[in-house]
Formats: sequence, C-alpha cells, structure tokens
Amino acid sequence: MNEAILKVEDIHTYIGHHHILQGISFEAQADAVTVLIGRNGAGKSTALRTVMGLLPSGRGKILFKGREIQKKKPYEIARLGIGFVPEDMGIFANLTVEENMRVAMLAEDPATSERLETTLDMFVDLKNFWRAQAGILSGGQKQMLAIARAIVNETSLLLIDEPSKGLAPIIVEALIDAINQIKARSVVVLVEQNFYMASRVGDQFYILDDGMVVQKGNMPELVDNDELKSRYLGISKAVT
Amino acid sequence: MLHTMIKRWGYKLSFVGVLLLFMLPLLGIPATTYLTLTIAGLAMGMLLFLIASGLSIIFGLMDVLNFAHGALFAWGAYVGFSVFRTLTNWVQAPSALQNMAAFLIAIMAAMAAVAVLGIILERVIVRRVYGNHLFQILITFGVTIVLVELIRVFWGPNDEVMAVPLTFRGNWDIFDVIIQRYRVICILIGIIVYAGIQTILKKTKLGTIVRAGVENREMVQAMGHNIFLLFTGVFAVGASLAALGGLAMSIFSLQVYPDMGSTYLLFAFIVVIIGGLGSVTGSLVGALIVGLAYNYVAYLVPWAAAGVNILIMIIILLIRPTGLFAAGK
Repeated sequence: MNEAILKVEDIHTYIGHHHILQGISFEAQADAVTVLIGRNGAGKSTALRTVMGLLPSGRGKILFKGREIQKKKPYEIARLGIGFVPEDMGIFANLTVEENMRVAMLAEDPATSERLETTLDMFVDLKNFWRAQAGILSGGQKQMLAIARAIVNETSLLLIDEPSKGLAPIIVEALIDAINQIKARSVVVLVEQNFYMASRVGDQFYILDDGMVVQKGNMPELVDNDELKSRYLGISKAVT
Repeated sequence: MLHTMIKRWGYKLSFVGVLLLFMLPLLGIPATTYLTLTIAGLAMGMLLFLIASGLSIIFGLMDVLNFAHGALFAWGAYVGFSVFRTLTNWVQAPSALQNMAAFLIAIMAAMAAVAVLGIILERVIVRRVYGNHLFQILITFGVTIVLVELIRVFWGPNDEVMAVPLTFRGNWDIFDVIIQRYRVICILIGIIVYAGIQTILKKTKLGTIVRAGVENREMVQAMGHNIFLLFTGVFAVGASLAALGGLAMSIFSLQVYPDMGSTYLLFAFIVVIIGGLGSVTGSLVGALIVGLAYNYVAYLVPWAAAGVNILIMIIILLIRPTGLFAAGK
C-alpha cells in the first residue's frame, strides 16, 4: 500500500453546541483518490473544512506529510501545498477569471506560469472568458475555475467538496476527466454525493454517517455491495 | 420590449436622470452662484469621500463597524495642527513652495501617526471582536471616548483655530464665478486619493486580494493569504485616510476641536450607506451626492440642509437597500 499523505485521527469538530464530527479517522494515500461519501448532514464537508483549518478541531490529530497541522491557520495549511475547492466554489464573482487565478497564484515564477498554462489547457473555457467577470460563468465553468485555482500552485493534496452538485451530466463527465488528469499529479480527497461520479474517480472510500466513519474500503468493493449502498447512501439496487 | 429597453438603457437613463436632478437647482439659482455652489459641493464631497472611503473599506473587507473612525479623523486634524504650529514660518510665508511643503509634511505626519494608531487599535482591540457587530460598536465607541479624552490631555479641551497656508487662502474670480482656492485643492486631493486607491485595488495583486477578500474572506485564507495581516494593513490605510480627511477638513472649516470626529462620522455613515458598503466608487459617488445636495439645499432652503441627506439616504435605502455600488459579499 502507498504511503498516506494525509492522516486524520480521531477528529472531533463542534459547530456552536453541535458535535458534528464525532471522532472520525481517515487517510488519503498517495496516487489515489479518496472519496468521503454519505447522506446529507453526515459531516463530509465539515471534515474537509476541518482539515483546511476553517473549522477548529476540538480533539484529535491531522497529519499532512507527517506534520501535525490541526493547530495551523488556513493560510498556513494552504501554503503547505493543500488546495481547497469548497462546496459553493468560492468564486470571486466581481473579479475577472484572470484576477481569480492571480489571487490563487502564490508565486509569480516560471513554474507557476507553466502550471497556469497546463491548467488552462485542461479547462479551455476559462481561456475564452479570461477577461470576463467570473460571476457571469455557468455553473460548470465556475466549478472548473474553482478547481483551476486550487491546482495552479504546487499542490500535493487537493480537497474538493461536491464538485458535481447542480451540474448537467455532460459537465459531470468533463469534471470526471479533469479529476482523473489531476490525480496524476496530486492526491485528491473528494466529498461527493453523486455515486456515479464517486465510483468513476474514487480509489478508496469512507462512508460517513452522523459524524462517524461507518465503513471504508476500496471503491470496487462498494460498487459491488448493494446492501451497503442501500443502507448508508439510500441507493436501491434498481437505481444502480 | 420595454423591459429590454429599460435593462439596456437603465444605467444611462439613471445617469442622465441624476444629472438633470443636480441641474434642477439652476431653476432657482443664478448660473454663476450655481457654479460656485457646485465647486463648494464637490470640495465638501471630496472631503467626505476621504473619511467615508476608509470606513467603507474597513467594513467591506473586515466586516468591522468602526465607530472610532471619527476619533481617528480628529487625531489626524490635531497632528496636522501641531505640524502647522511647528512650521508656522512656512505656513505663513508668502511662498507657494513653502506652503505646499508644510502642507505635505502635515499630511504625511498625520497619516503616519494615525496609521500607527490604527495598527495598535486593530491588533489590541478590534481583533478580539471580529464577527460580533454589537461588541464592535460598543468597543469602538469606548475607544472613541478614550481617543477624544487623549486629545484633551495632549492638546487641551478648547477649540483651536486651524491655520491655512497663506497661498491657499483667498478666491479666484473667473467670470463672476467665485472659487475658493482651498476648495480646488480639496477636489484635487480627492481625485488623487480616488485614483490612487483605484490603481492599487485594480492594478496590483495586493489590491486584487483585498477585493477578493471583500467578497469572500474565507476563500482568500484558503488560498494561502494571511487575511489577518491584510486586515491590519487595510485598517491602517483606512485610519490614515481618516487622518487625511481630518486634516483637510480642519483647514476647510478653519478649526479643530476634540469632538470634531463625531460631527463628520454621521456624514461618513450616510455616504457609505448611500454608496454601498465596501465600494470605493460608491463612497465617491455617495460623498459627491451628499456634498452637492447639502450646498444646493443650504442656499435654497437653509433650514432643510441638514435633513436633505437623511432624506436621500432613506430614498436610496427604500429603492436599493445595499446602496448604489454595494460590493458583493
């Protein structure tokens, strides 16, 4: 088995008085896409936001490349090489596509410029709207911009929260292709409710329920396990 | 079709409408007086812009309601007052060069001193109340009391006459249009500051990050930018703009007094509400509306001058509650 680039150990997260994450643990292996999957309110997005430092963890450890990061601030975590695409995409609507990318670029060196070129080759639409306000982009284009911003730096771990949400199937296919390209250069942790997408890109899975990890394994095992899908994901055999 | 036309021409029509509205006083005011009042209104507007822009940026990016902004404004005026007192010979000299040098030194001293005050205020007090508007109002109101009392300690409790550099005094009479020299200087300062802020915000990476932060602070952090350092910097810039406004306004009104900040803070809030929180262009437009409306109405219906801006604010709040140029959150 590959070495884990991210280890989340017994993390507890509170939002107000609510105990959202109740001691979850998971790992993200190098050269793999790890999918956190589960029903609404299971704690998937909270898990990503806790890793990113946007929510404080009350207990437990988060190790990135062997270093504890649970006490670090979000900007420090991002500078370690962790990219984040939030559920709402976090697009700066009043800024142009170019300005969105410039804000994301932490360095103005040749390596970053080269990555920018590669990223724009992957998301050609962004080139066409380069000088346009990001607010006018379609949902799919916004998602592409959000991912492009997250990978324009030297990112060794990419956290993506529900990228397929509200997107047309053809756009979801494009995103699947993009994530499959990204996984060649960065470890991906994906939160996803769309089981089709999760199964197309995922290598490992963790099922979250009520703030706890209730099942984990390799994605092909989940694809073949109708009972598990039905119990935790509400997917009936007929649908799959 | 009508809807499409309104959508297509809406901005142009509203611009023409506003222009016509501001030309309306011509019906009751002679043209030369109208031009004099317009220049006075533009000068007052630019001074209000200096105060309001800092307030607006601080609220837009940091979501902080800084009621101490008026006290920082007063500190700027008093630091400038002290510089003028120290450089009396230059201020009173019949040399434009010496007058300008004294003025620039006063501006730099006021902006630098109040920027430092702003940094201390943000780091020690404001940082503790991020995200809690009620505490922000209470604590910055408390800071105002302390800063105003410190003015009384350092400079005394009485009103003081603010010196005006010799060559800044007097008027130009151009075809019977009376133009006060200092008002033209105020307009120029306003234009320079607006152009400077816009250049920084639109043309530099730091400015782009600030604009991004106004929209989504959390995302800016998640992209690796130290938002707290940015907050300190923005607070310092906002404070120094208040100081510049305080100095310029004290020369305009020929006096400094410890409580002067509270008088103009009300105007600044009206400007920011009209223009839209977080928008520098909104602050400029709002300030010019307030300055011009105040001067026209003060000439036509003196008793209504104080109320006209409240009325404009209410109308704009009813039509567009986020203000004319609200920056997206």
